[in-house]
Amino acid sequence: MNLHEHQAKTLFKSYDLPTSNFFVASKVEEAKELAKKLNVSKWVVKAQVHAGGRGKAGGVEVVESLDDVETFAKKWLGKNLVTYQTDKNGQPVNSILIEECTEISSELYLGIVVDRSTRSIVVMASPEGGVNIEEVAENNPEKIFKASVKIEEEASDDDAKRLAQGLNLNSEQTNQFIDIFKNLSKLFIEKDLALVEINPLVIDDKNKLKCLDGKVTVDSNALFRHEELMSLRDTSQEEQRELEASKWDLNYVSLEGEIGCMVNGAGLAMGTMDIIKLAGGFPANFLDVGGGVNEKNVSEAFKIILSDQKVKAILINIFGGIVKCDVVAEGIISAVKEVGVDIPVIVRLKGNNANIAQEILTKSDLNIIFEPDLSTAAEKAVELSK
Amino acid sequence: MSILIGNDTIAICQGFTGSQATLHCEQAIEYGTNLVGGVTPGKAGERHLDRPVFGDVKSAVEKTKANTSIIFVPAKFCKDSINEALDAGIKLIIVITEGIPTLDMLSLKIKADEFGSMIIGPNCPGLITPGVCKLGIMPADIHKKGKVGIVSRSGTLTYEAVDQTSQIGLGQSSCVGIGGDPIPGSNFIDILKLFELDDQTEGIVMVGEIGGTAEEEAAEFIKSNISKPVVAYIAGVSAPAGKRMGHAGAIISGGKGTANEKFLALENAGVVTVKSPALIGKTISDLLNFKK
Repeated sequence: MNLHEHQAKTLFKSYDLPTSNFFVASKVEEAKELAKKLNVSKWVVKAQVHAGGRGKAGGVEVVESLDDVETFAKKWLGKNLVTYQTDKNGQPVNSILIEECTEISSELYLGIVVDRSTRSIVVMASPEGGVNIEEVAENNPEKIFKASVKIEEEASDDDAKRLAQGLNLNSEQTNQFIDIFKNLSKLFIEKDLALVEINPLVIDDKNKLKCLDGKVTVDSNALFRHEELMSLRDTSQEEQRELEASKWDLNYVSLEGEIGCMVNGAGLAMGTMDIIKLAGGFPANFLDVGGGVNEKNVSEAFKIILSDQKVKAILINIFGGIVKCDVVAEGIISAVKEVGVDIPVIVRLKGNNANIAQEILTKSDLNIIFEPDLSTAAEKAVELSK
Repeated sequence: MSILIGNDTIAICQGFTGSQATLHCEQAIEYGTNLVGGVTPGKAGERHLDRPVFGDVKSAVEKTKANTSIIFVPAKFCKDSINEALDAGIKLIIVITEGIPTLDMLSLKIKADEFGSMIIGPNCPGLITPGVCKLGIMPADIHKKGKVGIVSRSGTLTYEAVDQTSQIGLGQSSCVGIGGDPIPGSNFIDILKLFELDDQTEGIVMVGEIGGTAEEEAAEFIKSNISKPVVAYIAGVSAPAGKRMGHAGAIISGGKGTANEKFLALENAGVVTVKSPALIGKTISDLLNFKK
């Protein structure tokens, strides 16, 4: 689960990570008033969406009058911001962050993640802040400094000092950095986060370190023990079909192609997409109906696939293990009856009760093509989608 | 022989009396698995599936000499359950549960290594040694005792590989689902090592997917440590970056973890790769026949 920048910064504040003073406005009328309360003459105003790339898309501005704060609020509140990370519709701006402007003397990068290959928590720091860190990792890997953090132990001063050296910090800045390093590690572990990126972490004109941006991803699997974080989920930032699917315990990801897929199991769902691509087509979605699938789920999955206007054919691929194929077949039939389908539906069912399922589908008089071979099923779907 | 589970397995189930556990333990017992009882806190002294229920793992181990546990406990209690199994000296812990917090797995993995125990999963279909022992949620009837070792990050893709190798007449020595989480208890290398040493295993099928670098690390390992033929399929060539594809660990992030990188690493290590999961059975069969 992703957080908004303002939610991340509130979290930072509660762990004594230095941020600018800020307010969050969700109505145009309050923007000016809140900006005034900051008691400064220069502000940074930032549209709050989950996607990155806001600056280049015009969603971040430095302004020097209260009127300009209001103009920015009018421009974005209630609108969608399109960045290179969003789809063409963008994400809705429901609030803007208004903060005092910081005079920057240098920009650094600080991040913390779970590193899968070393199976540890890793803090990464780089003097090359403000830019895409993946590019730094690619082109100048020697400019990224890493330290691992143990769950059971407090992060060490020595590691912090080593990173500070890599960041070329002076002794006063190093002392600040040690606190930041320790508090960030504590925050990450205590709140079960999956990722924190502070890009940039800046040194301001008063020689102080400050978190100027904050990207936080929470481990969704750990939300059960963090009620305080659960309420921070903003579903308006999520793709609406994906959201609808999640209500039915379906794993759905929207894609660009024309063949709707319905599969059980995440791996097989990806495999089915791959086979469609090999057959010369493109999948319209990833959809894993999961192991606990029933007639109702299948029916809802069908409706979600059909709500995508791009879809020209549907390929259903079920390998019944725990899932019984006949249950899936009944779900397909009730969905087709309920919503009506005028595009080809190709069904490949294998495993548990596949023969019963085939019988049910054959008897149904519906326009469903049954094909037991996986490659052939995909080829048919591609052919019929054209 | 086989790997991990076989005739020496003495298994218990944690979360024994739950509905999923009941269903799959019943099938395991029917399959011939030496499942001697289970644990459900608060139900000590009862009987379930004609076997004793214990209140904790320690007393179950004391009474039954169990060396293996299969866990169906809900995600929020799993850390405690795995800890309990480790503390009771269980050497093989199979975790079917999906949705365990990543940081829980990090600390459990460290502890398991210290204790010399192996965790399989979480978020996995479990293990089967066809004809001998089944501890998982896979459909038993597609399996056939034979010569291919299968290791996979995905449940249903494992079933595809199993079905194809059965249909073509090769069968399987053992099948191991290592699970779709970012921090699995065991990775490809842990399992490949065992297949290499296993007499019954003549060839290996490895099914990976996008996300992380476990397949690249496996490729590096295979290069100098695996003499048996390996066929690999990586799911998600068509998956977009930055989107989690169902499994918690299946995500291309920061341009890393793509299927193409993994295919390339495996090919460089001498692994025969297939771009379609429908070709797994035929390819390993050709490879094993060619070897003869």
